[in-house]
Amino acid sequence: MHNRLEPVQTAAVKQGVPEPISLPSCCPCSAAALSKGEVCVGAELKALSAAGWYRSASASGNGGRAGTAPVFQWWQEVTGSDCVSPTTPLPASRVNVVFIDRSGHRIPVQGRVGEDVLHLAQRHDIELEGACEASLACSTCHVYVSQELLDKLPVPDEREEDMLDLAPQLQENSRLGCQIILTKELEGAEFTLPKITRNFYVDGHVPKPH
Amino acid sequence: GLPSAASRVRGPSARCAGAGERRDRSLAIGLLSTAALAPQICVVGSGPAGFYTAQHLLKHHRLARVDIYEKLPVPFGLVRFGVAPDHPEVKNVINTFTQTAHSDRCAYYGNVTIGKDVMVKELQRAYHAVVLSYGAEDNQILGIPGENLSTVYSARAFVGWYNGLPENRDLKPDLSSETAVVLGQGNVALDVARVLLSPLDILRTDITEGSLAAIACSKVKRVWLVGRRGPLQVAFTIKELREMINLPGTRPLLDPADFTGLGDVIKDVPRPRKRLTELMIKSALEKPGEKEAARWASATKEWGLKFQRSPLEVLPAADGKQARGIRMAVTRLEGSGESARAVPTGEVEELECRLILSSIGYRSLPLDSSIPFDPKLGIIPNSLGRVQGAPGLYCSGWVKRGPTGVIITTMNDSFDTAQSVLEDLQMGVLNLSNSKEGFKSVRSILHSRGVHPVTFSDWEKIDAAEVARGKLAGKPREKIVDPQEMLQLISH
Repeated sequence: MHNRLEPVQTAAVKQGVPEPISLPSCCPCSAAALSKGEVCVGAELKALSAAGWYRSASASGNGGRAGTAPVFQWWQEVTGSDCVSPTTPLPASRVNVVFIDRSGHRIPVQGRVGEDVLHLAQRHDIELEGACEASLACSTCHVYVSQELLDKLPVPDEREEDMLDLAPQLQENSRLGCQIILTKELEGAEFTLPKITRNFYVDGHVPKPH
Repeated sequence: GLPSAASRVRGPSARCAGAGERRDRSLAIGLLSTAALAPQICVVGSGPAGFYTAQHLLKHHRLARVDIYEKLPVPFGLVRFGVAPDHPEVKNVINTFTQTAHSDRCAYYGNVTIGKDVMVKELQRAYHAVVLSYGAEDNQILGIPGENLSTVYSARAFVGWYNGLPENRDLKPDLSSETAVVLGQGNVALDVARVLLSPLDILRTDITEGSLAAIACSKVKRVWLVGRRGPLQVAFTIKELREMINLPGTRPLLDPADFTGLGDVIKDVPRPRKRLTELMIKSALEKPGEKEAARWASATKEWGLKFQRSPLEVLPAADGKQARGIRMAVTRLEGSGESARAVPTGEVEELECRLILSSIGYRSLPLDSSIPFDPKLGIIPNSLGRVQGAPGLYCSGWVKRGPTGVIITTMNDSFDTAQSVLEDLQMGVLNLSNSKEGFKSVRSILHSRGVHPVTFSDWEKIDAAEVARGKLAGKPREKIVDPQEMLQLISH
């Protein structure tokens, strides 16, 4: 038996909020898995729906805030499926980090342990390009990190250093986003996107009808 | 869409029916003119510059329509025809471009040659903005006697040949002699050397069947990369150099005399130059590790760097048609670093070879006599991507900056040009109240001239056919090199 959950349609819903997802209504995660600190997505989704982030399709009335798309998108990307399996626990930890985009705006996002920073940026619509798709054949995912973070991260692979050599505005604290893997230790980390064009991004406005 | 907007506009209040109706009508007209205010933009060229410019415009303007024109039936420019066959990861960017092409405000029109099938002025009548991103289709010439002998080729044509560029498919390069000379020390020179010397199993990727067969029969065992200046001025980059040093079945020929003492000179140079030079120094001066030494000892092929040699003349063979060697001036350097100049010393040297590949740079050509073009610099004169003296005309990529740089340079540059277009839209420099028909008017022009554009879904049919043929040969794709065959496949 599946419950259908759908994202709450509020003004805060960003583009790309996923389609309604089928969710098993029971969630028989093994106690052993849960005791390791692993989280069952099924349970997580149920908790979110209880908190009003997502409501079942049959419910009416206003919901709460928009659901946390990352959980679903991440799951969909990892499994290629819309269906959340309750018997496959996920690695537990969320990691909260901040992107500073090319216009200087601070954008806090939530990632997962094991996820790379390029992937994290892209699923939050942050304008970090990954031309070669994380194969160390370009430098389009170039970001700056703090010195403190630089010291925490593993030393870059020679191949990463080779690609960084081609990045415009290379600095001591430059890294390739696709090579930074999130760990709990990176909680609070900030990633700054280099300014690659002049000033701010001009977003096309629609002139008022007259 | 308009219908649902109009229904939102129709207010429920029955009391104010009259006023409401008038308001509805004017708002509906306003919404109609909003639809007419969607900028129509066209991009000429479907390589990285064209696609990245389109991507940025589509992302930062909610209404803009972008049409990308391409002279070949197939898209992607140098990503398809320039990137070496053994560098498939660099081609992953095609996935990004495909996403852009699939946007419902984007359309691709291949098999349309701007400057022949339709003129830039006609595009300017049809679109609010025209972005020229057509790259560099020609090469720099040596300007020396003998450069037109039959066994002298531009690296550009050689790369086009092994990558299936239709205009180079009949090159038939002469690979029957042991020594090849590549003039130039950039990444293209390394690509060419690597393709000439690589074991066949490394090459067996999307390289064309015809060129793979020719390389399989090649007698070339030694490739010299010859530069006018010194080790500190090489234009290739470290990833490609490392690849060459580690190429199976080959050994590097680096003269220690070229590198002695260089370590001190590079102490304070920027990191990229420093690391690159350190790698050359290490390979030239340090004793190789055990595995490397074994590989070098058993190598059947070799490559080397010759510095401070400037080509003077290609020497003809007895038949007067082929090359037998190259005469070069020995140079010394005046100045240092990137701006060092090579000055002849008076001494001259000859190198025996038949195959000579000139890899001294690509070159853009003027598209159409109406576009400003600087023949000396080989670029369209522009300021931040706005073509000088030509409002509504922009440029991005190599035709804007010159033919150097890697994907990130072109990406940044294209985003920058797109910024200029967006600014001009916002400031009213591009007048959107002049409504433009976009492809609608171009279509009738093309139709009247018997030109049939190839759509993106047509390309996807060609793509599928190439992948299917490749599967039979154990390759990721077998490129179709005949444009007529491409057009027949999609029943044009």
